[in-house]
Amino acid sequence: MSSKTHFLLNDKEIYATEHPGMLVLDYLRRIQKLAGTKEGCREGDCGACTVLIGEPDGDSVIYKPVTSCMMPLGELHGKHLVTVEGLNMPHLSPVQQAIVDEGATQCGFCTPGIVVSLTGYLMKDTKEITREGVKKTLSGHLCRCTGYRSLKQGMAFLKKTVENRTGTRSLILNKMIPEYFSQIPARLRRIPAVNINNEEKMPEYFIAGGTDIYIQRGDFLPESQVYILNLRPEMKGVSKENEYVRVGALTTFEEFANHPEIIRIIPDIQAYFLRVASLQIRNRATIGGNIINASPIGDVTILLLALESMLVLKNGERSRTVPITSFFKGYKQIDKTPSEILVDILIPTPSADTKINFEKVSKRKCQDVASVNTAMKLRSEYDIIREMVLSMGGVAPVPLLLKTTCKYFLGKEVSRETIEGAFPIIQQEISPVSDIRGSAEYKRLLARQLLIAHFTKLFPEKVKLRDFYETD
Amino acid sequence: MKRIDAASHVRGEAQFVDDVPPPAEMLYAAVFSSSVMHGKILALHIEDARSLDGVVAVLTAKDIPGENQIGTVIPDEELLASEEVHYVGQPVAVVVGTIPEIVQKGVRRITMDVAELPAVTDPKEAFLEDKIIDTPQVFALGDVDTAWQKCDLIVEGLCDIGGQEHLYLETQRARAIPLEGDVICIHSSTQGPSLVQRHAAKILGISNCRVEVDVKRLGGGFGGKEDQATPWACMAALAAWHTKKPVELVLRRADDIRMTGKRHPYKSDFKIGVTKEGKILAYEVKHYQNSGSTADLSLAVLDRTLFHSTNSYFIPNVRIFGVCCRTNLPSNTAFRGFGAPQGMFVMESAIAKVAEKLGMPREDIQAKNLLKENDVFPYDQQARNCRTRMTWDKAVESYQLPEIRKRIEDYNKTHFEMKKGFALMPVCFGISFTTTYMNQASALVHVYTDGSVSVSTGGVEMGQGLSTNILTIAARTLGIRPGRIKIESTNTTRTANMSPSAASATTVLNGNATLIAIGQVLDRLRAVMAKELCVPEKEKITIVDEKVLYNGNETGWTWNLLVQTAYLNRIDLSAHGFFATPKIYFDKAEGKGSPFAYHVFGTAIIEVTLDCMRGIYDVDSVKIVHDLGRPINDLVDRGQVEGGLAQGLGWMTMEDLRFNEKGQLLSGTLATYKVPDVYFMPDDIEVTFLENAEEPLGPYGNKAVGEPPFMYGIGVFFAIRHAMRAFRPQNEFTFTSPLTPERVLLQLYYEKSH
Repeated sequence: MSSKTHFLLNDKEIYATEHPGMLVLDYLRRIQKLAGTKEGCREGDCGACTVLIGEPDGDSVIYKPVTSCMMPLGELHGKHLVTVEGLNMPHLSPVQQAIVDEGATQCGFCTPGIVVSLTGYLMKDTKEITREGVKKTLSGHLCRCTGYRSLKQGMAFLKKTVENRTGTRSLILNKMIPEYFSQIPARLRRIPAVNINNEEKMPEYFIAGGTDIYIQRGDFLPESQVYILNLRPEMKGVSKENEYVRVGALTTFEEFANHPEIIRIIPDIQAYFLRVASLQIRNRATIGGNIINASPIGDVTILLLALESMLVLKNGERSRTVPITSFFKGYKQIDKTPSEILVDILIPTPSADTKINFEKVSKRKCQDVASVNTAMKLRSEYDIIREMVLSMGGVAPVPLLLKTTCKYFLGKEVSRETIEGAFPIIQQEISPVSDIRGSAEYKRLLARQLLIAHFTKLFPEKVKLRDFYETD
Repeated sequence: MKRIDAASHVRGEAQFVDDVPPPAEMLYAAVFSSSVMHGKILALHIEDARSLDGVVAVLTAKDIPGENQIGTVIPDEELLASEEVHYVGQPVAVVVGTIPEIVQKGVRRITMDVAELPAVTDPKEAFLEDKIIDTPQVFALGDVDTAWQKCDLIVEGLCDIGGQEHLYLETQRARAIPLEGDVICIHSSTQGPSLVQRHAAKILGISNCRVEVDVKRLGGGFGGKEDQATPWACMAALAAWHTKKPVELVLRRADDIRMTGKRHPYKSDFKIGVTKEGKILAYEVKHYQNSGSTADLSLAVLDRTLFHSTNSYFIPNVRIFGVCCRTNLPSNTAFRGFGAPQGMFVMESAIAKVAEKLGMPREDIQAKNLLKENDVFPYDQQARNCRTRMTWDKAVESYQLPEIRKRIEDYNKTHFEMKKGFALMPVCFGISFTTTYMNQASALVHVYTDGSVSVSTGGVEMGQGLSTNILTIAARTLGIRPGRIKIESTNTTRTANMSPSAASATTVLNGNATLIAIGQVLDRLRAVMAKELCVPEKEKITIVDEKVLYNGNETGWTWNLLVQTAYLNRIDLSAHGFFATPKIYFDKAEGKGSPFAYHVFGTAIIEVTLDCMRGIYDVDSVKIVHDLGRPINDLVDRGQVEGGLAQGLGWMTMEDLRFNEKGQLLSGTLATYKVPDVYFMPDDIEVTFLENAEEPLGPYGNKAVGEPPFMYGIGVFFAIRHAMRAFRPQNEFTFTSPLTPERVLLQLYYEKSH
């Protein structure tokens, strides 16, 4: 892999010679001495280190907020990295002014990251500035001082000053971001593409979005042989192919959730994903990474399990396809050799009458790891269950497919009695342990409750919580 | 006025300790700590770390030139463990090296042989084993033993109250720079610069005057940097002392959470007696505080628990017992509220239990027992300017409690899976350090010949808006533009013997000291002016908008001219002001006195919606009437109320500290320890300040605001409980906090999981 990373940092062109596995956060603070980007947690949970990453898209550049504490320097090649310093002008920008006017900064430590994220929100061609949009933008930021009301209130100021003037070009024209942004697309085009030498010796670590590996192995990556998968754009993207939807393993959560083909299959996907991770993490975390990480509680994995996805693994030119339902062998053990790379996920297109539901319970409703999560895919005819796939996380060493429970339901009518009949079966099938996400007893209770929840959501006319409460 | 530092915050130009460009040859430090909760150190192996390329030094207890002691109240705390370790995360060695990666690697290479000793983590267990700090404390009023006989109903119960991680966004950090002549300068993220100064001096074996501590700002403190910023500053100083190089120590988040103390968990037993109408006649409570391994500030925290054990209520017969129990956990410490939240939570639990037994709404019992003017607290002080009833009534009226109650009743009748609940939470909080001598502060004011002004105080800016408050006070008093005034960093060389910025009293103490210092300068300037104008009454000279007035009329003199004239007349344009809160005292042995300058009052109404299928809940709204005296700066004061509330809501709901049987923290990262986010906090937060409520002590009629709003958050526990009872009226629910979705669901479906 190229040892020089060629990119733009704010208005400067950079040839970085530091290790490609070095964290962008460390690079900014230590090498570039740009101290506006703060380290609050080094695990993507607080947002204090948020920066914008600009990537060419035709004639323009698309900017996304990400946490710099989980991004490798090497991935910046050909991109525009924007820090809070790169947003400063002689006068305050609308975002900066809104925070000052509303008293939405107290200790000031989380503030620069918030300025960056909110500016990223305005740089999108948003038709309307909404409270929900602002909240979604702030979802990955922890502020321990304000209680967030004043930050949300900043929305009114932005609505007044920026509405109908969003989007990078318009912001430049109105002097709401610095003038140098107008030259960035052309400057990025002049950066030659990176040469990836796949024949190099076997890397010690493959890095995709980095949102888990930097937490687990962060101290070791900057001195190890790393392979930055995101330099291979061909592994990104969603496309419809005959019987299935193909999802490149490097497709981010956010790209996945916004894709029309995915929304067609899982209509509520965006609502689910609001709870799965913050915007900065959704902009980094990849669908493939979630699967390969093999966490027994991965939200996307649980969803893809119920959708009976197929996984395409490549080893050089050779490739094979494995059903996700048989991919997980034991705790963090998967049916993949070290030299194989997951390249695609194939999601079979469900029939039009198939219903899908995802449930997740966590200590904090949003941006938290689940205590138990579960997904259900179900097809019924006249309320008789014809097909059913039920997955559950946090209840076994692997993301669990509840095969026996599903078999039990086949051919049965959707009713309270049928569901109650499944309670002992599901309890047999799961084997939760007590941990920080909850006691085994709690997870067993959740398994029961969330099974009921699937049915009350999918068959509100047939099943209600009250039925279970009053009779047993 | 906007916050004075807001513009530099939003531009990313506000500097925290490690944002200042490093001096040449600066080294970095990291801490090796114990992985067992109690044991005797048999051997410490540091050779592998020391031999690492880039490691400059590995320092242990043996390398401390002075005294290895940082206990503030009781000398029971070593900086680096010498013979025994008492909790997981206790610092044992400091690795110093050229870059952060190397020192982290060095830490990983250290090992320690420990003979493990029995350990205890439960406060009641520790109490039974006589592991207590100092002696138990008792406050009593009336005759509780005979009062039980007059009660129609007596209920007993127990509370199990969780701790709380401060989670200041900026972790603990310090940079120490050695200077000539055995002098060391420490830039520390501390609420207590003088504490850092005293302990660093003691560790190095030098006098206090040789240690200069400078604090620009903190990225949040909340009490977590009152006593516990000290060790990291001392370690950086120790490393700088030995290496003769500047040394920076920044704790990583995981280390910070693991090594530092938190809000004290409590176990408390209560007994309460009432008439059938709900009048409380007697209340007895025993608080077992989980102090952790050392005294730290635990005794003072316990005192405040006792002071606030009856919250906003008058109860004629009370006995409050409290004891600090020594356990093998990181030493718990100050945290916004400082013991009061735990005391109030138990009181509110007792009232909830009474209400449930009597079949009365909880708020009816609360309303029947609210404090009135001149009521006596169990520590003998009388309630003066008591606004409990006023805030309660105003909350009930302006937020329309009867409508809220009706709306929620109707909702619950028509919904099965979802239930709503609400609770009222009155708060009465005493202002002053309860350790009387700490209620002192000083300020240093310089007026320069160009008319600009520099103000130094002993208060630390940690996000609470102190600098903005001081600047507002200074500008208003001087009668000049705020832009002329600079608020300096907090520095032990400019301000000696400062009390930590804590107890909500930082603006009260330092604002008044500033007023006194400015008063002296103004007095001298008036004398100059009177002479120049040849007028007899200098009291009639005022400065408004930088113009000098006599008897309200313009004199043609400006601030600038006056300052220059005074300078040429050799008049001292600097002053040192000193303030000590008057008329407060407390006899700790008797448990009697008048420890508080005044009380802050308020009432909140909190509404929630509970998903009874999944056990998860939303906070729908929080509506507050708060007694602020007269605001100094509306944005700053409002921010304190809302931020305190958010922390209180988090403490009661999701902030869940879990240790395993080995004393290791399971919730030691932000992935496992959750605090309120933008979605958790309700969009609907209303805060109304009482009007015409000036506090004479001031400054400018203002009342302290930092801590009291935290305790509004307690109401959310009872609002959720209210919703739980709407779903399962027959179930017995515990008073265990935090009320996580797990605790909710397991209690709603107790029979399903047993």
